[in-house]
Amino acid sequence: MEVSSEYAVQMHGIAKRFGAFTALDCVDLDVRKQSVHAILGENGAGKTTLMNILYGLYQSDEGEIYLNGQKASITSPTEAIRHGIGMVHQHFMLIENFTVTENIILGDEVCGAAGILDMNRARQKVMELVERYGFDVDPDAKIEDISVGMQQRVEILKALFRGAEILILDEPTAVLTPQEIDKLLEIMQDLIAGGKTIIIITHKLKEIMRSADECSIIRRGKYMGTVNVAESSEGDLAARMVGRNVNLKVDKTPAHPGDVVLSVKNLTVADERGIEQVRGLNLDVRSGEIVGIAGIDGNGQQELVDAITNLVRTKSGKIRVGSQEVQNTSPRNVLDHAVATIPSDRHRWGLVLPMMVAENTVLERHNEDLFGKGIMLDYDKLHSYTSELIKRYDIRPAGCEQERMSGLSGGNQQKAIIAREVSYVPDVLIAFQPTRGLDVGAIEFVHKTLIAERDRGAAILLVSYELDEVMDVSDTIAVIYHGQIVGTFAQGTVDEEQLGLLMAGGGSQ
Amino acid sequence: MNAIVKFLKRPIASALVAILCGFAVAAVILAVAGYNPFITFGTLIHGSIGTPKYITNVIIKATPILLTGVAVAFAFQTGLFNIGAEGQYILGTICATIVGVTVDLPGPLEVPLVVLAGALGGALLGAFIGFLKAKFGIHEVITSIMCNWIMMYLCNFVVGTDAFHKPNSNTAFPIHTSGYTMILPEWKVSEEGIEYLIAHPLLRDVLLKTDLNLGFLVAVLVAVLVGILLSRTKLGYELRAVGLNKDAARFSGIGVEKSIVTCMCISGAICGLAGALNITGIAPHTISLLKVQEGYGFNGLSVAFIAGCSAIGCIPSSLLFSALIYGGMTVQQVLGVPSEIISIMIGTIVFFTALPSIAPKISAWIERRRSEKESSTPNSTAKEA
Amino acid sequence: MNNVILLIGITLMYSTPLVFGALGGVVSERSGVTNIGIEGMMVVGALAAAAGSYFTGSPWMGFLIAGICGALVALLHAVASISFAADQTVSGVAINLLAPGLALFACRSFFDGGATSPIVTKLPKIFGDTWMQGTPWANLNVNVTTVIALVLTAVVWFVLYKTKWGLRVRAVGEHPAAADTLGISVSKTRYACVLCSGMLAGFGGASVTIAIISQFTQTAICGQGFIALAAVIFGKWKPFGAYGACMLFGATQALTIILGGGSFPIPSTILSMLPYVMTIIVLILFVGKSVAPKADGVPYIKGSR
Repeated sequence: MEVSSEYAVQMHGIAKRFGAFTALDCVDLDVRKQSVHAILGENGAGKTTLMNILYGLYQSDEGEIYLNGQKASITSPTEAIRHGIGMVHQHFMLIENFTVTENIILGDEVCGAAGILDMNRARQKVMELVERYGFDVDPDAKIEDISVGMQQRVEILKALFRGAEILILDEPTAVLTPQEIDKLLEIMQDLIAGGKTIIIITHKLKEIMRSADECSIIRRGKYMGTVNVAESSEGDLAARMVGRNVNLKVDKTPAHPGDVVLSVKNLTVADERGIEQVRGLNLDVRSGEIVGIAGIDGNGQQELVDAITNLVRTKSGKIRVGSQEVQNTSPRNVLDHAVATIPSDRHRWGLVLPMMVAENTVLERHNEDLFGKGIMLDYDKLHSYTSELIKRYDIRPAGCEQERMSGLSGGNQQKAIIAREVSYVPDVLIAFQPTRGLDVGAIEFVHKTLIAERDRGAAILLVSYELDEVMDVSDTIAVIYHGQIVGTFAQGTVDEEQLGLLMAGGGSQ
Repeated sequence: MNAIVKFLKRPIASALVAILCGFAVAAVILAVAGYNPFITFGTLIHGSIGTPKYITNVIIKATPILLTGVAVAFAFQTGLFNIGAEGQYILGTICATIVGVTVDLPGPLEVPLVVLAGALGGALLGAFIGFLKAKFGIHEVITSIMCNWIMMYLCNFVVGTDAFHKPNSNTAFPIHTSGYTMILPEWKVSEEGIEYLIAHPLLRDVLLKTDLNLGFLVAVLVAVLVGILLSRTKLGYELRAVGLNKDAARFSGIGVEKSIVTCMCISGAICGLAGALNITGIAPHTISLLKVQEGYGFNGLSVAFIAGCSAIGCIPSSLLFSALIYGGMTVQQVLGVPSEIISIMIGTIVFFTALPSIAPKISAWIERRRSEKESSTPNSTAKEA
Repeated sequence: MNNVILLIGITLMYSTPLVFGALGGVVSERSGVTNIGIEGMMVVGALAAAAGSYFTGSPWMGFLIAGICGALVALLHAVASISFAADQTVSGVAINLLAPGLALFACRSFFDGGATSPIVTKLPKIFGDTWMQGTPWANLNVNVTTVIALVLTAVVWFVLYKTKWGLRVRAVGEHPAAADTLGISVSKTRYACVLCSGMLAGFGGASVTIAIISQFTQTAICGQGFIALAAVIFGKWKPFGAYGACMLFGATQALTIILGGGSFPIPSTILSMLPYVMTIIVLILFVGKSVAPKADGVPYIKGSR
């Protein structure tokens, strides 16, 4: 495409390699001024890498960047900021124990003489911005005390404070409720009306259809073309993203629930600061059914799962597995009651990355006689056992049992965790954010495995921040808000709007 | 060239590169200070492995630091930094001395008793430090350092008590001779023994002029056992998992707090054993007043880090370390070079082992240069995302 | 009354080197670099101060040189832990081996093979040398370094909390990636802080050899750097918190000395343990939840989260 000042951003022939891995291979991007341009691609397709190049965090190996028709070289975030580019990262770049104002001015401080901070003037400038864009943000609040939606607005303010004309939003809706998403889309329209240009990175088709004017598609580092969103459809975009026709719906047969296997009664759990995050929560999960917990991050999901797995102590209430109470015992005890868990953060809770794959697949079972008699651990048995799992679950690369876990891709790491947990033949399977950061193929695998486990007779508790996932996979949907279940529905009896309202604390059943 | 690249990618290369750097830095400092580095290094090597007696003494002096090194390496692999090896060593010597002085049994009973007392003392102190970390979350480095000082004063206290103080000296009473672990201690000073040794000069050098004792064998055995414990047992697997990812270990049902205490207990026991073996093995077979900490624990840190925290690797590493220190004394006596040059060397070696990326970086550099020669296209070496 | 004055005097004297060391620790760790090498930097500072005072004849020059030399040693730690992403604990341990070796080697080279320096000119006391001589009040005539330590504590506090540089340092220590995306150089900030930390530790060494005693000896610095580290943690990584922790430690030292001089039936060896035992007890009682800077001890590698 020709270089022209009609375009706010033009990136031509961008290539980026990390060692032997080609992250981007000759990618083009042309973003019209005052438009919302979406970049669509699977996890790991290279969307974020492309934007990190535009923001100066990485340097491209080949290709050129033009801003408003002028060739630009962007070698650092400072350069990008100077060119009027602002970026809101998927994982917010906010300092938790700083105030909103401190976060906004960081690096571009409002100072009196000799570098002494002038916090009054800084606060004033932040307030001006807040008022101009109608954001609902308290400049003196600490980041750790405000909601995720508000944190996102702080991130946008950070960019606007630096005079950004081009805003990059990386997966901006991942952690928001449907209502918050509406609010964000409104803000985006206001910004466009105010003369800004917005690039959003996403793998969610629905939001692209709603918000974007144009959409560029990247698949495995390759440019797949740009489409006019108004002339396209979800199915079309999905096919271009994945490279084949995908089934957007999850296939499953109706559930045949049995007895209650996991039962939570009046559970109250406080976090480490002593604030109650779960407040008298009640929940039953039957064998042969998937109960999905819908809710926004930070409404007690983490504490609920931690209490069931006994990582934290409860304040009051009972957790029963079968007929036995398991609260305030030990993680070991819960495992011994055949409760398996796929943790939300696989790097933190699920895997010991520097250890071998084989050592990871027996992480909860190494004490069984199967893996060595007495005090000794029999590595030969470990390897043969793991190589079996690798084959059965198609973990790649094949024969990786003696490789370090850190060398596997995210999807294969998740497969290894699922292989381990399912090999337990659990009565209860807790899946917490089981598809986080996975591509479409891996997501399909995870969902199929969950449904297969359900059909085997396990009781499945699915906790996810992705509302679509909960709605598609669960037989029963429970909404968590403020540490309580505020509504329970059979699948198909509730729509997104209703759930969103409950998730945000509005209305009651 | 290929062989070099291949070699540089092996973990041992980092240690060897670091040792070379140590010698290089020492050479520069020596030259600046007006000493001939080559003569100094020659003397150093001669002073450490020049005669059978020297070699024997190097081995004897390697014993305690091999053990403290293994203790530190073991703790490090399980995610703990046992800077308290010094205090645990001292408590080992104290306990061994107290038991060795007060209990008098025949050798086969006395020796294990004294050695066990030392190991137990170290184990208790280690477990205490581990307990404070597990229960109250107090960083082990702080409590360890405090305990090092407390143990030093405890040692001085014990030396000063009426029950143990040897009159007109800076030491406590030596332990009963039945607790000694030297090789043939009585025979070698008997008439018959001396006669035999005069006829066999090599043995005379090794035996008569030194405190050659069983300690080193015990230490090597411990190093091997710890190596097996870490790499081949369920306990070792659990401890390593805790060290590498505490959260994942807890999640999978491993008692993290229990592991921390267990690990510090074992590490402390090894340090205490080091102390006890020094009491049973070498003169004066007792504790003395300490003005400063003796450095067995701190030297253990260096031994462990040079060995890349491999228990088995501590064996060559402790011998190297011991040779440097022992040879350093000769250097000072013969050439008048301050023996601190040895501390500088060891410090430099440890410093370079802290840079794990240095050997891989060199090999990457060689490979890059070669590929640049082969094709003139620029090669990207960006960091991994 | 006399004992109280004595207690205050000795407390201030003992705590001064610790305050310098602890401030160094605060500055370095606030930027995200653990610094176990404070002890070694103090030893180098101690020698540099004595040698500087001896050769220039000015104790103030000695003080300055001590700061510079401390910073030079810190540069090693900075290169390892920032540029090479080394294990900061191992690097710190290496500094503690290397630095005392260097100091003693230099001492022997400067002063004809002696492990101690000659007696050198000391820094002045705050009220001059003869104020209230012979009365208990003379104990309150503290070294000028005691005042410098207090002033520097205030300066570090002010810079950390009231200036843009402090904001940046704290940001880098908490969330380096966030700072990086705003165009703040993580490595430059950390280099500056580690060098500053070495300078402060160097001052700490100087405050022993050219203020409390008047020469460098092998045992002038023995463990103060480590106690200063404990003070950093106990003081929750805050300048005045660390200052208070150092005072507490100094006070127990002073108590030990005063009790040792009295007619108490406690052996001096047991009394000597007191400060260390106290520290452990205080930590058990008060340490609570860890509040270390989030990125403390974690090397920052661009592009990783």
